[in-house]
Amino acid sequence: MAMEMRLPVARKPVNETLGNETKKHLVVPGDTITTDTGFMRGHGTYMGEEKLIASVAGSVERVNKLICVKALKTRYNGEVGDIVVGRITERRRSAEDELAMRGFLQEGDLISAEVQAVFSDGAVSLHTRSLKYGKLGQGVLVQVSPSLVKRQKTHFHDLPCGASVILGNNGFIWIYPTPEHKDEEAGGFIANMEPVSLADREVISRLRNCIVLMVNQKMMLYDTSILYCYEVSLPHQIKDILKPKIMEEIVMETRQRLLEQEG
Amino acid sequence: MAGLELLSDQGYRVDGRRAGELRKIQARMGVFTQADGSAYIEQGNTKALAVVYGPHEIRGSRARALPDRALVNCQYSSATFSTGERKKRPHGDRKSCEMGLQLRQTFDAAILTQLHPRSQIDIYVQVLQADGGTYAACVNAATLAVMDAGIPMRDFVCACSAGFVDGTALADLSHVEEAAGGPQLALALLPASGQIALLEMDARLHEDHLEQVLETAAQAARDVHTLLDRVVRQHVHEASILLGD
Repeated sequence: MAMEMRLPVARKPVNETLGNETKKHLVVPGDTITTDTGFMRGHGTYMGEEKLIASVAGSVERVNKLICVKALKTRYNGEVGDIVVGRITERRRSAEDELAMRGFLQEGDLISAEVQAVFSDGAVSLHTRSLKYGKLGQGVLVQVSPSLVKRQKTHFHDLPCGASVILGNNGFIWIYPTPEHKDEEAGGFIANMEPVSLADREVISRLRNCIVLMVNQKMMLYDTSILYCYEVSLPHQIKDILKPKIMEEIVMETRQRLLEQEG
Repeated sequence: MAGLELLSDQGYRVDGRRAGELRKIQARMGVFTQADGSAYIEQGNTKALAVVYGPHEIRGSRARALPDRALVNCQYSSATFSTGERKKRPHGDRKSCEMGLQLRQTFDAAILTQLHPRSQIDIYVQVLQADGGTYAACVNAATLAVMDAGIPMRDFVCACSAGFVDGTALADLSHVEEAAGGPQLALALLPASGQIALLEMDARLHEDHLEQVLETAAQAARDVHTLLDRVVRQHVHEASILLGD
């Protein structure tokens, strides 16, 4: 059995040249953001003795009169219209519920849903009232920090490399083989149990490794960035993608491509 | 105690420090990717690791859920190899439970728990090497870990220990100085407002000296804050470069 070993090496500091010119106002908890009482306070701040104080470590964002601090890592805060992917852990045990839902969704099922309403204590109410939501069948789940998933118009993407991906706003990413027929969406209540071909499995594994790599290097996740990372990683073997040296190479090239595309 | 001079005539301590001098502090945030927040700190030879999970739904009995605040749950554990003599029980013994309770009191005061009602925040601290000032190292590590997790806090919580020998207050005691048997004070401070989150001392100290020792501990905690502040800013700066946009 072949074994590979790597010795620990000193951590390289982050390359400063990667940063863009716009200086962001970075704060840590306890920092005074402003003493001007005219501003409304948003997330990540609190009012203390006539001044606005930061409560998380991150960058200050100002939208007109609203000041909030965007933390690097946050717990997912639901907003109406978000797509979430999750596993059913517990359900209401009422009689009507038993009759109606047991056949469709059971405890332990992985589902995709949309946020319908948000309660005052942060709990969210979900619905699967469209055929594109519902039970998820065969595929791979990757859990990342919610702050790395970019807000976009749609979170269901069919990537040209041969797989599809659902970027849940709560940080749960679902990678699955693109269904052949257009009417067979990822959701519904009947899971597709047909065997997945080796080529599809390889695409999905490669995508999963690319996503883990991007999370490690703190890159924002959206369809274009995932696709570029996938393409850049093609020359390497799937199992080599997560090795430190190769990770750096792939990330640098992906960032390069993204800059070229935007600029 | 004959033979061991905790403070020499020139004002040097056993390890060569001055009375109010801290040991070298090194810290890192985000050492574990699996946890919501994590941090590692070294204060001299005392090494502590803190891991934070949360806020998430209350595990176990739903009855414990507080309707308007989050529940903070702290567990302290010291590794069997952390002290000179191998420890039999890493956690569950009386000292660990007491430490856990003290940490919980400290962080209940600092975390803005009203923002997460009916949730639970778990803080697990593990001491890998104990060379005095374990409570302080745990609090400092846990502060960094809570910040790494993005949980809103009022301010940093910086802690330091202090003692009293020969009419002089000493800051940041090492194991040798703690074992000598003099009074020891542990102070956890919120630096910006100067509010005390926890103050603990179980020894006999004349009340005339209390103010001096308290002031030394407070100054040491503020020095710790300067260092931790730099660590957090550096971490945020690096992450914001990587995140771009």
